[in-house]
Amino acid sequence: MTKNVYFSVKKQLRLFAQLWVIVLLFAVSKANADWQLNMREGVTEISRAVYDLHMVIFWICVAIAVVVFGVMLFSVIYHRKSRGAKAHNFHENVFVEIAWTVIPMVILIGMAIPATGTLIKMYDSRESDLDIQITGYQWKWRYQYLESGVDFFSSLATPMAQIKGEEPKGEHYLLEVDNPLVIPVGKKIRFLITANDVIHSWWVPDFAVKKDAIPGFINESWTVVEEPGIYRGQCAELCGKDHGFMPIVVEVKSQPDYDAWVKQQQLAQLEKAKSAEKRWSLDELMTTGEAVYLKSCAACHQASGEGIPGAFPALKGSAIVQGDPAAHIDIVLNGKPGTAMQAFIDQLSAVELAAVITYERNAWGDSLGDIISPSQIAKLQQ
Amino acid sequence: MQTEYQHYYVPNQSYFPIVASISLFCLAFGAGSFLTAAEGGGDFGMILLFMGFILLITIIMNWFVTVAAESRAGLYSPQMDKSFRWGMGWFISSEVMFFVAFFGALFYIRIFAVPWLAGEGDKGVSHMLWEGFVNQWPLMTTPDPSLFKGPEKVVDPWHIPLLNTIILISSSLTLTMSHKALKLNNRRATSLWLALTVVLGFTFLYYQVIEYHEAYTELGLTLAAGVYGSTFFILTGFHGLHVTIGTIMLLCILVRILEGEFSATKHFGFEAVAWYWHFVDVVWVGLFIFVYIL
Amino acid sequence: MSTTTEQITETSKADTEHHHGPAKGMSRWFFTTNHKDIGTMYLWFSLAMFMTGGCMALMVRAELFQPGLQFIEPDFFNQMTTMHGLIMVFGAVMPAFVGLANWMIPMMIGAPDMALPRLNNWSFWILPFAFSIMLMTLFMDGGGPNFGWTFYAPLSTTFAPPSVTYFIFAVHMMGISSIMGAINVIVTILNMRAPGMIMMKLPLFVWTWLITAFLLILVMPILAGLVTMMLMDIHFSTSFFSAAGGGDPVLFQHIFWFFGHPEVYIMILPAFGIVSEIIPTFARKKLFGYSSMVYATSSIAFLSFIVWAHHMFTVGIPLMGELFFMFATMLIAVPTGVKVFNWVATMFRGSMTFETPMLFSIAFVVLFSIGGFSGLMLAIAPADFQYHDTYFVVAHFHYVLVPGSVFSIMAGVYYWLPKWTGNYYDERMGKIHFWLSFVGINITFFPMHFVGLAGMPRRVPDYALQFADFNAISSVGAFLFGFSQLLFIYNVVSCIRKRNQASNRVWEGSHGLEWTLTSPPPYHSFTTPPKVD
Ligand code: HEA
Ligand code: HEA
Ligand code: HEC
Ligand code: CUA
Ligand SMILES: [Cu+2]
Repeated sequence: MTKNVYFSVKKQLRLFAQLWVIVLLFAVSKANADWQLNMREGVTEISRAVYDLHMVIFWICVAIAVVVFGVMLFSVIYHRKSRGAKAHNFHENVFVEIAWTVIPMVILIGMAIPATGTLIKMYDSRESDLDIQITGYQWKWRYQYLESGVDFFSSLATPMAQIKGEEPKGEHYLLEVDNPLVIPVGKKIRFLITANDVIHSWWVPDFAVKKDAIPGFINESWTVVEEPGIYRGQCAELCGKDHGFMPIVVEVKSQPDYDAWVKQQQLAQLEKAKSAEKRWSLDELMTTGEAVYLKSCAACHQASGEGIPGAFPALKGSAIVQGDPAAHIDIVLNGKPGTAMQAFIDQLSAVELAAVITYERNAWGDSLGDIISPSQIAKLQQ
Repeated sequence: MQTEYQHYYVPNQSYFPIVASISLFCLAFGAGSFLTAAEGGGDFGMILLFMGFILLITIIMNWFVTVAAESRAGLYSPQMDKSFRWGMGWFISSEVMFFVAFFGALFYIRIFAVPWLAGEGDKGVSHMLWEGFVNQWPLMTTPDPSLFKGPEKVVDPWHIPLLNTIILISSSLTLTMSHKALKLNNRRATSLWLALTVVLGFTFLYYQVIEYHEAYTELGLTLAAGVYGSTFFILTGFHGLHVTIGTIMLLCILVRILEGEFSATKHFGFEAVAWYWHFVDVVWVGLFIFVYIL
Repeated sequence: MSTTTEQITETSKADTEHHHGPAKGMSRWFFTTNHKDIGTMYLWFSLAMFMTGGCMALMVRAELFQPGLQFIEPDFFNQMTTMHGLIMVFGAVMPAFVGLANWMIPMMIGAPDMALPRLNNWSFWILPFAFSIMLMTLFMDGGGPNFGWTFYAPLSTTFAPPSVTYFIFAVHMMGISSIMGAINVIVTILNMRAPGMIMMKLPLFVWTWLITAFLLILVMPILAGLVTMMLMDIHFSTSFFSAAGGGDPVLFQHIFWFFGHPEVYIMILPAFGIVSEIIPTFARKKLFGYSSMVYATSSIAFLSFIVWAHHMFTVGIPLMGELFFMFATMLIAVPTGVKVFNWVATMFRGSMTFETPMLFSIAFVVLFSIGGFSGLMLAIAPADFQYHDTYFVVAHFHYVLVPGSVFSIMAGVYYWLPKWTGNYYDERMGKIHFWLSFVGINITFFPMHFVGLAGMPRRVPDYALQFADFNAISSVGAFLFGFSQLLFIYNVVSCIRKRNQASNRVWEGSHGLEWTLTSPPPYHSFTTPPKVD
């Protein structure tokens, strides 16, 4: 039978070879462009250990592949019926079967030994110089320095216009934040990673640190970075709508620079508290409020205030927003446990909270004209 | 391996499968709309759910009646009988795995999750988030009592649960007696022992209802009472559901015995239900030990 | 209750007297108890789902063609990713294997039909209903499932759209279908073999399916239990997956992967079986190491139960657990290697020809192994901290699933199509289909290794600029692969219609009971069991 083989084997092989030539040419012509093909070595001892491990296993796999596919290709070429090959009649051989069970076993043990060593090192988070608690929120990170009390949120800084393609995309498109995490160089930093709502994962490739942030539990991880610089990463666990938009930026500074930064942060925190005592007009609150709203609330409730039916309620025309300010303030400050509506009491300053609530009550055409004053909120925050 | 040729009965076209699938669809879609309907929109779901349920019961009854009739008509060879046996056996294995999921959850929570939250073991740092939370089982105070208020008291294993253990184990014995009697072709004894088994089944269910009622009204032990309540009710609840189904099946078998069906040598229907009942019994013993006592 | 004994005796007499073909009209498909009809329905259903899931993948690829948000909103993107995964796994690959099992197992073991024919039809008909519920969720308020095919809590419980409840019930229905299907396969193989067909003579496709069916029976109920717990957390205020009540979100992952890892082997073991049938046929040489193939398959199945946490290396499992799961996972390379070596040894010193099924099988061996190698890299826990949840993982599992499972299904269809229909398919078109698919698949999925290593996370609708070039290439490949499947559909349909009479043996090197029947085989295969020596 097999009469209906229109394509000769030779033709197929030739076609195949031609295709590969095209692919190779393509690859070579692009070789100068900086296409990153491989894992990065990173800037820590651990990240280099991981990179080495990755390369070793990779080359072992390549070697095995060359042998196995080589034998196969040999048979495909030489043991073809069209070349007059006659089928031999062997179908068992205890010796080779044992050999190809034992040899891979030995190879695997060889891989497992260095892997175990690296893993044990990665798990040793004792004797840290600095502890930072990292909390994942839908869709931002919170960094709390347990020793110095510095505490802030960090979220995407890329403007919407770039994402929508209305403006050219910047160099660090999607990998830039408003407030980066700042750590000193050469110190052992311990991260205590957790989440507030769903599972996130804190990942900076250059440190080879990736740890899931599990709500209600704390995972430990650590790093010692050897060179000052800016390192970028992303959330690595699907966490809802804007999972793709919660980057991580870490600024590694020299010790004096770091100390100065801590000072400055502490001062700024005091200043913020002061501005709540000032009198704010409706217009001022509305401008601030709109900015805060777009940054913190619009991801869910949408810029139009109309929400997403079935997922996030509309604020425009909502009974809470139109009704008693106390209930409105309560839900924004304390959130609603068991829903995506998070508590904003620690996330925003008194001014920002007052502004955003005022904004919600007066935007979208249904203006109530009332003002929620920052001092009122500041009291609730205490 | 059968050595000689036996005719294997391949049934004709049948409308059971597709109607049963439609009824499952109604059940699932009805339950879905019933549960998701916000305020008062659940009527449609309720009706669909109910229709699906009735349809499914009707089809299954019809299906079994047809199988029994085919068997009586002598269409089934011993090979067919073996198919049914293997089938039932593997069905029960899958049921066992269903409970394994829940037992696994219970063990994981007791051995890992709760101690970690309370500051013990490899991930004890988590305690930072739940200051004051202590590891205990039964879990009387949850990590966040404002969201999940723990139970006030838990069920005392040495009252109703012990009684229910005795009832269920005896019911397995009475069922075995009934099976023995059937094999000896003593039909009167068969039906009496079987009737006793059914009564024990109902008694078990009766006590279980009492126990649930007490849990909700007096002990503060509810589905919402933290993870103790969750594991308690999911395990005992699904077990109770299986006892209910088992009891109904025993009742059907009893009716068939009284109608003169099943012979001393051929009574696979009886045996299948008996296997099921013993499985339910074994699960209970696991429950009694791991949910109530330890 | 209306059926009486007399009626049944009568109809069945009529039945045996004039041995009949299929019933006329639609009732043939709705009410059938015939393993071939049911197999056919499974295969068509699977094809429909493959197209649906594939179109969703193309939507994903279209959005990822360039950085920036072009066509779809992030939330809808997540729904597409999720539904693509769910539909491909539960709607395309699994039903295709069940369809092949239905067609081939009775013919291979010399049985008249599956052991429990009515149950068989029920297993099938649940599926279209389950998937219509699943697809309907896309049109509900808040959209369909958007939490990934792994639906981790609490994203899939507390933070899920309302339609998740329908999703849960759809999963329950699929579970029922799979369990009943698996019971049927086991009973058929254990109880319906022709005289002389001892276990160690079973064709490998039958063996691999037997083991797959055990996996299904053991893990589908776990999935059912898991979604039940989700349902309770969502609607009945339990706290299995909430730390506030003493539960743990990670518990969800343990249970899911206890199901999920055996599930991925459910999608590859029958593929091993198919390839083990095809390679000896076209190498015109007996399969090398039959018994070690059987033992290797069993070892893979056993190991699959103790490796689940390799999907969870980054969730913070204590060190000892991490090491255990790393070692156990690496071990799987040994029995899988045995299989690959046996296939190569079968080809070695054979007399090979390269018809379409053989081409797909050879590509399977190579590309599956590449996927296996990247799997082994993922198994190295410290390295997995860098790979996890990046496109490197996406590349790994598409290599084992698309040129793995899907290629084996296509190989099987080409291989048995002349037997089923009695006609040869168009060999030339088959080959063109193969080469386009082969090239398309590599263009699509090979660059994903690079972007993954360079740091692109999975499940994102938008990405940083340095990933742009490779993503564009991937997208082009995806469309090439997708559209070349039209050739496949055309070839199958025209093979059913045209007359190009196939012989009973079909292939020169074919071996086994199914080739002793006519092409196409009679409606009832072996009403009297054949003798096997
Ligand atoms: C058909 C499906 C299939 C198959 C067969 C496999 C096979 C394997 N998989 Fe894969 N895997 C998936 C489907 C599959 N996988 C899916 C769907 C996911 C992602 C799920 C999700 O998150 O959405 C996944 C994810 C996944 C992960 C998690 C990655 C992560 O999320 O971080 C890991 C980690 O260990 C892994 C490992 C392996 C291993 C070791 C094998 C082994 O079985 C491979 C063995 C084969 C070989 C090794 C090649 C042949 C062998 C030789 C030639 C012998 C000699 C070789 C040596 C000695 C090296 N897989
Ligand atoms: C067996 C399973 C299977 C199969 C076959 C495929 C096939 C394909 N998958 Fe797969 N995929 C998964 C299982 C599978 N996938 C899983 C489990 C996930 C993880 C989901 C998650 O993260 O939760 C995933 C995720 C996934 C992603 C990552 C999404 C993300 O992380 O955001 C991508 C991205 O490119 C992708 C692409 C593709 C493509 C291009 C194909 C192509 O091979 C498809 C080609 C097929 C067709 C196009 C249909 C056939 C075509 C026709 C019949 C012709 C008619 C068609 C047209 C007219 C258009 N898939
Ligand atoms: C991650 C998503 C998310 C973000 C960000 C978010 N919300 Fe909400 N919000 C929700 C959800 C979900 C609800 C509905 C809770 C419920 O089920 O009652 C809600 C409810 C509300 C309500 C009550 C509306 C009603 O009619 O019930 C107000 C007011 C509100 N949010 C204000 C805000 C403000 C102000 C911000 C920003 C500072 C904000 N939200 C940010 C998700 C979010
Ligand atoms: Cu946070 Cu993904
Ligand atoms: Cu796995």
